[in-house]
Amino acid sequence: MAQKVSVDISRRNGDTGFRGAESCPACKQLLSTEELEANYKVCPHCNYHFRIGAAERVAQLADRGTWNEIAASLRSADPLRFFDLRPYPDRIEEAEYDTGLPEAMIAGTCRIHKMDTVLAVMDFGFMGGSMGSVVGEKFWRAVDAAIETRYPLVVVCASGGARMQEGIISLLQMAKTTCAVEMLGEAAVPFVSVLTDPTTGGVMASFATLADVVIAEPGSLLCFSGPRVIEQTIKEKLPADFGRAEKNLDHGQIDMIVSRPELKDRLVQVLGMLEGGVACAIGPLWEEEKSSPGRRGALAEAIDRIKALANPSRRSPKK
Amino acid sequence: MTELKRLPTLPGVHLRNEIAKISHRLIELNHDRRLDKNVWDKVELARHPERPYTLDYIHHMFPGFIELRGDRCFADDPAIIGGLAAYMGRTIMVIGHQKGRDLAARARRNFGMPRPEGYRKAQRLMNLANKFGIPVLTLIDTAGAYPGVAAEERGQAAAISQSLLCMARLDVPTVAVIIGEGGSGGALALALADRVIMLENAIYSVISPESCAAILWKDAEEAHLAAQTLRLTSANLSELGAVDAVLPEPRGGAHRDHAAAASIIKQALEENLRELEAMHPQARKRQRLEKFRQMGVWSEGGLTLF
Repeated sequence: MAQKVSVDISRRNGDTGFRGAESCPACKQLLSTEELEANYKVCPHCNYHFRIGAAERVAQLADRGTWNEIAASLRSADPLRFFDLRPYPDRIEEAEYDTGLPEAMIAGTCRIHKMDTVLAVMDFGFMGGSMGSVVGEKFWRAVDAAIETRYPLVVVCASGGARMQEGIISLLQMAKTTCAVEMLGEAAVPFVSVLTDPTTGGVMASFATLADVVIAEPGSLLCFSGPRVIEQTIKEKLPADFGRAEKNLDHGQIDMIVSRPELKDRLVQVLGMLEGGVACAIGPLWEEEKSSPGRRGALAEAIDRIKALANPSRRSPKK
Repeated sequence: MTELKRLPTLPGVHLRNEIAKISHRLIELNHDRRLDKNVWDKVELARHPERPYTLDYIHHMFPGFIELRGDRCFADDPAIIGGLAAYMGRTIMVIGHQKGRDLAARARRNFGMPRPEGYRKAQRLMNLANKFGIPVLTLIDTAGAYPGVAAEERGQAAAISQSLLCMARLDVPTVAVIIGEGGSGGALALALADRVIMLENAIYSVISPESCAAILWKDAEEAHLAAQTLRLTSANLSELGAVDAVLPEPRGGAHRDHAAAASIIKQALEENLRELEAMHPQARKRQRLEKFRQMGVWSEGGLTLF
């Protein structure tokens, strides 16, 4: 059952005008916007991954027309009436204005290569992707949706940590999201996290590292304490590769590094394998499904999907 | 102000910046009037060098204590101590951050700032307690988890997240007491408990006032202001619903009378354990998860929910 898979970057379609160019911060090559977007905002010369926003991420991962946002009307309140140089509500308003998002996370159900999934995506552009009450609650609702539908949960992380402007309440979101992960675990629903540049602090020290499988994007900064904090503590300059995904892989902190153009395929592969385990575990059903070619298990379907993905036009960039 | 915000604007006319300026000025005025010296006093009391530490409380609260050491992976972290304590004719698992009293002890205990091994030891001990139905008491007193290269390489973030998950999962009753500094994730890692109790002069915060000031005010000198803004005192936290109870300290603070402070905690522990042990383990776990679910303040469809 070969499936035709259309690559989905909705923004790219119907857009033919001149869109300018950008130079890669890593290799200084000049890249046209079209070239960059066609390659998922990854430099085709050096594999540098540009940071992307939550909406763009959803467009890259979700099959076109399948995104169904949940908890979209949640907004931050200001429990501490926090002000530093500016009041907290002002900062939120500005972040909304800049990103076009209501918060640092959007969550929804969608299909990824036809596989039903609950997807939550963080946006570093929204107050540094910081986790406050709304991020915590959205995560909880995404977990609730995953338990109810038994769709796997995928969370794409990008965060500087807890949101200081919500004080202790933001710290407690680490506890809250952890409790949600525990419930997801009880229900044996697969949970995959994708760590992108940067994922640090309270998000890294809660749900991001509690997933069943932890995937990272190349070159992303993944740590608990940021490099500046550590430099101040030990009074030494840190090497440029400190806390990068590749270091984390060496030190056993993540399962794999996946380039953005391969992410969608790899996610389906991993989720299919995890769900395939469930199909095997319930033995008789698996046998039954194997014998009836029309209704096969999730694993078999996933393998089919992976096979169907062989698309010669999508080269992986040189490493 | 609200009326000003609602004023219809012509295209291209933005009142936003003006409004921000006015509201900022208003807040400054309010703030100047209300600068509360007590808040910084609490920060200093919470960090007082003679304040009782975990070992002092263990010494005063329990007639017997067997320390258990090591994470069985890499090392023993002296910044977190744990072990079995004799308690009212039975056993309780006590785990807590330990700062050092003198210079040598401080260096050895890394000023009470744990490395991943500390959190992994804590998990090992909590799982051990769970196996034998032993309740868990955690005592929290740290500026935060240690920010170091080696600690990062050995998975500081995962050590904390797994410690949180371990506490979410326990079948036995858990009581956490914030006895001094509750510094960020390094403190929370031991505080996902059925009951979270705080001493009157303790503080509990997402970030230290100094770091907060350095980031938001770009000036560490504004730490006093940050401390007040973060609302990190026991009274503030109780008001926000972040802790279940606040315990009064002996006159002048816990450092004046270690034994009296210990007996206050011991009494609270007894009361809370009695309530918690009356519950079915599954119901207790549900209640714990539900409690943390409630943490947060947001609005939905224009309605503010607590």
